[in-house]
Amino acid sequence: MKPFFKNFSEKLIEGLLMICGTITSLTVVLIVFFLFKEGLGVFNKKAVEEGYVVMVNKSNPVNSISPEDIKNIFDSKITSWKDLGGKNDSIILFRLEDISNYFTDEQIGENFEGLPLLLNRVVDSIPQILAFFPEKYLGKNFKGREIEAGKITFSTFFGGKEWFPTAQPAAQLGVMPLVMGTLWVSLGAILLALPLGLAAAIFLSEIAKDKVRRVMKPLIELLAGIPSVVYGFFGLVVIVPAIQKLFNLPVGETGLAGSIILGIMALPTIITISEDAMRNTPRAMKEASLALGASKWQTIYKIVIPYSISGISAAAILGIGRAIGETMAVLMVTGNAAVIPTSILEPMRTIPATIAAELGEAPDGGLHYKALFALGCILFIITLVINLIVEFISGSKKNRRV
Amino acid sequence: MAIDENKITRSKKRNQSIAFCVFAVIGFLIVAILVTVLSFIVIKGIGVINWDFITKMPEDGMTKGGIYPAIIGTLCLVGGSMIFAFPIGVMAAICMNEYVKDGILKKIIKQMTNNLSGVPSIVFGLFGMALFVNKLGFGDSILAGSLTLGLLALPVVIRTTEEALKAVDDTFRHASLGLGATTWQTTRNVVLPIAFPNIITGLILSVGRVSGETAPILFTVAAYFLPKLPTSIFDQAMALPYHLYVLSTSGTNIEESRPIAYGTALVLIIIVLLTNILANILRKYFSKKVKMN
Repeated sequence: MKPFFKNFSEKLIEGLLMICGTITSLTVVLIVFFLFKEGLGVFNKKAVEEGYVVMVNKSNPVNSISPEDIKNIFDSKITSWKDLGGKNDSIILFRLEDISNYFTDEQIGENFEGLPLLLNRVVDSIPQILAFFPEKYLGKNFKGREIEAGKITFSTFFGGKEWFPTAQPAAQLGVMPLVMGTLWVSLGAILLALPLGLAAAIFLSEIAKDKVRRVMKPLIELLAGIPSVVYGFFGLVVIVPAIQKLFNLPVGETGLAGSIILGIMALPTIITISEDAMRNTPRAMKEASLALGASKWQTIYKIVIPYSISGISAAAILGIGRAIGETMAVLMVTGNAAVIPTSILEPMRTIPATIAAELGEAPDGGLHYKALFALGCILFIITLVINLIVEFISGSKKNRRV
Repeated sequence: MAIDENKITRSKKRNQSIAFCVFAVIGFLIVAILVTVLSFIVIKGIGVINWDFITKMPEDGMTKGGIYPAIIGTLCLVGGSMIFAFPIGVMAAICMNEYVKDGILKKIIKQMTNNLSGVPSIVFGLFGMALFVNKLGFGDSILAGSLTLGLLALPVVIRTTEEALKAVDDTFRHASLGLGATTWQTTRNVVLPIAFPNIITGLILSVGRVSGETAPILFTVAAYFLPKLPTSIFDQAMALPYHLYVLSTSGTNIEESRPIAYGTALVLIIIVLLTNILANILRKYFSKKVKMN
């Protein structure tokens, strides 16, 4: 009986361990599922306010209008149907409140009971009309044609140059400014951090005495432990005012401030990984170089750096990955203006900062909420790709050594 | 010829000393950055911290009073996430290191763990909101926040535990197995006791990491201003990092609440420093002990 019980409990424990072992894989699968389920929901949805319809006259040849065009029409930037691929007629924009220009209050009725009929007449009689009104006033046998207005597609989402999810009447969901902001800030960060980090890694692994190293390395690792919100706070009270003063800007919250803070935050990643790679250079290689009369410095840049180049590039890529995904520090110092940046001294907004700033205000399950999840998907894919690249680099290194 | 050689040696030497100088300067510069960040917050914050500051409720639109509920909230979150992440993480590492043989399965699990550790913290926040807050209906609560933070800490715990297990010499395992012990008996009685100190070090480090995370708790637990203590795991709570964020960006009166922000930042840094130092001391203490044995 006893061995049976022992066997049984052994199997039980083994099963439990296996479940725990697969939990990270399960989590990744769950994250993918929830992220993409919500995120992909944004496509083929209408950017036009919920419960509203956009109607045109039956004779109008235009079939669909992008969210950006709708906004431009309402801002009077587009005034002709020709710009939308239709006839050469000017657009007559009709909002619900315009009804009083066409009919008297008696015709409309006290409780708007006449509205469906009147709307029908307006849309039917004016060929150039673009009518925008609540769906509930859509009467039976409506003579106009509903237009596919403001459908969010892959191209409007990824090519859109404006991010304004609460815009009326159509939400503007173009991720271009956010993607560009993220790239500017993270590239700036890596340009600052990579040279400094590499120099520090060379110093730590090849030059510094053991004593110095033993003090310095834990200190640099400590740099990685400081919470990002503390970095953000430091940036807000020190770096932002400094930049404002230095460049004489109206606001100091700029992409540069974000780059500096992210650069500092990426340093420990870059230093520890590339230092590890450099220390893995076989001693025999270094000694052979020194024995041939090369100086220590020549050995470093002719032997150590080429040997550890894959580790160094992995460090750089992981550093970029950290910078792209960082949220709080960036949110606090970059100023969060969702416009396509033209210089590093402008306020910028990154993808993670957008999620953090807006998810609290986005109603659950709404278009805005889904759009933010779509941003999360973009981030997730970026980090996945970065992981794969790093894996590939370190994998190819192993093969070469064999 | 002799002159040329001298010239080469000299220029070689000069290049080397210039390069080394530059590297040394940069190395110390980076340490200087760290010291600047730390000392700035310590100097500005030290005057704010006193007994009242850490035991009183915030008052007057967070411009006065203390940060007691935020400290308690962070403790709850850290505790909750560790209750979840520690056992599962350790067991996952045992599974990977002691049970699963090298092969495709191990590769997949490893890759997934790697991926998980690379996922930005804000994505964990999104996921936590979609699954725990909305789907499972926990609402904004300590439970939802702890689970989200736990998932974030999971790869850290797994990785440190795995390293601790790998550091155990295989001869121990072989000896135990050779005596007829099962894999689990070997793990429980031989491997785990030896690896234990390093596992605990990993645990402490992940506590440091979790206590400073802000993005995952933004939408899963954090309360903007809640001057009372949580009474159950389904309550909202304040948390130190979020409190610092609110104080420095969106408080009702940013200038007046600055001192409190400095104090909060200092408390956060102290927690991180303490966990780091504690982990280092433990590591050293135990490694000496193992050597003596």
